[in-house]
Amino acid sequence: MSGAEIGLAVSVFLACAVEAVEALTIVLAVGTTRSWSSALWGVGAAAVTLAAIVLALGPALTSLPIDALRVLVGGVLLIFGLQWLRKAILRAAGVKASHDELQTYAEEAEAARAAGGLQQGFDGYSFTISFKGVLLEGLEVAFIVLTFGSNQHHIDVAAAAAGLAVLVVLGAGVAVRAPLSRVPENVMKFAVGVMLSSFGMFWGAEGAGAHWPAGDGALAAIIALMLLSSLVMVRVVRVSVGRAAVASAGAPEPAAADPVRSA
Amino acid sequence: MRRVSALLAGVWEFVAGDDWRTALGVVVALAVTALLADATIAAWWVMPPAVIALLALSIRRAVRG
Repeated sequence: MSGAEIGLAVSVFLACAVEAVEALTIVLAVGTTRSWSSALWGVGAAAVTLAAIVLALGPALTSLPIDALRVLVGGVLLIFGLQWLRKAILRAAGVKASHDELQTYAEEAEAARAAGGLQQGFDGYSFTISFKGVLLEGLEVAFIVLTFGSNQHHIDVAAAAAGLAVLVVLGAGVAVRAPLSRVPENVMKFAVGVMLSSFGMFWGAEGAGAHWPAGDGALAAIIALMLLSSLVMVRVVRVSVGRAAVASAGAPEPAAADPVRSA
Repeated sequence: MRRVSALLAGVWEFVAGDDWRTALGVVVALAVTALLADATIAAWWVMPPAVIALLALSIRRAVRG
């Protein structure tokens, strides 16, 4: 297995694991409060839809000329990865709230109870919420599997990594029988953001005609550069937000409340 | 026609999110890379600083916004 293939497998595994944890929370909430069988039907239908998307778009992507594929997939992967990385940096710096699985579970369970109309047999609410939850969380994974896999011509490796992540999360969910609130989601999202951005940059530039010094070896340097830059950004944002908070807490009252200044 | 434009808008929203400036910056950086490479000038150095700058600017906008 080459370094790029290991990077592909690790990135897809982490991305899929994070999304699977979020989907599991939704399915657990509707399953425990309403109907397990209908919720699981929703999961199955979403999984089939996601597999169909990958099977339909995979061959179309891999049939593109390699340079066109690399610049297209690299560019899209870079834009997509920068979104993940930006949110992860903002969460790590304390600007954006971290995802709280217990809170999400409580909200979903409350909404499921409030929906009412629960009958014996098939429960449309459980099916729909599970289907939507798994499909929406899974779309990002399908996107990563398609882009990474097609570029490396290893959609099979990407799909296997995604499948393994789902099995691991499912196994943990069955063992814990509760939302997986202790999974370090932001750290995983941070890592995925760094990997997606780095691979996107590498492939995008190659597709545009650039030649990296040291060839594929440049990828490790790009990943290190992106990781270091992102950590520096977390630090800078944290310090600047902290300073702004201190400044606003110690700021003098507005001029109208200051008799000397207002005079 | 309306469905096609809705689908394209959905795809755009999915890929670029709420930060179109970063997406545009990536496209411009790749175009500059292609232009330099086409002129047989070393072009690999364009993307790393461009991507880091785009990320930093995106975070700055998010913090200020």
